[in-house]
Amino acid sequence: MCAAENILEKHSFDIEGGNFSNAGTVSTKIKSILKQKNLPDDVVRRSAIVCYEAEINIVSYAKKGVISLTIRPNSVQIEADDEGPGIPNIELAMQQGYSTANQQIREMGFGAGMGLHNIKTYSDIFDISSEVDKGTFLKMTIHTQPAKD
Amino acid sequence: MDIAAIAKELNLEIRSARDRLENIVTGGYTGDLLSDVMANSHAGDIWITRQVHQNIVAIATLKEHAGIILVNSCEPAKDTLERAKQENVPILVSRLGAFELTGKIYNLLAKDK
Repeated sequence: MCAAENILEKHSFDIEGGNFSNAGTVSTKIKSILKQKNLPDDVVRRSAIVCYEAEINIVSYAKKGVISLTIRPNSVQIEADDEGPGIPNIELAMQQGYSTANQQIREMGFGAGMGLHNIKTYSDIFDISSEVDKGTFLKMTIHTQPAKD
Repeated sequence: MDIAAIAKELNLEIRSARDRLENIVTGGYTGDLLSDVMANSHAGDIWITRQVHQNIVAIATLKEHAGIILVNSCEPAKDTLERAKQENVPILVSRLGAFELTGKIYNLLAKDK
């Protein structure tokens, strides 16, 4: 039930699964968009971290995916929607250190089982849903202004 | 302290972004797990690693690191160098291992404060 009229800006980026040479480019673009908006450094930093982890997950596991950025007056929202194997056990996948990454991914320094954990830590609101053999959907919200009591 | 001073002090070889050696180093982070570096390093850090593939440039750019030092004489991959030149990220190479290099840089930064 998002108030669509409150959207200030929306951007979407396609991500190709398995293409490690481009990994990080979408996060870099999103970070520079957020920097141009003069958002607090902490918001930009946390957005970059969650976006990067989501991007790496798509590159590492999915066939393809889309990352979208929605800027509202009080929040930054990043969604990652992929077509891929899905996650059979989300609770397990959220555990720090748990990973299904193959050897090649691990040798590159990815697949440490920290990705979803980092995303949860650095988001104010984190939603995840997944369907096996279909894909995974992540929604990360970062407040740009302190929540009022 | 800038990268040029650290490079001179520790005999580091410069592989990219020679015009950015005046980048000020405010701290450092040592690690090869990219999610760990992503989560725990800071802007202005010098990143010490033995990963040589091009994703290190994306991380250093995103985290606004002062530069990257590869340990144990590891050389950056060709596409890493190309990316580092595009993004203007300094990559340097040390003959030392991560433990020794980290200790030396830690001491240099502590002395500089």
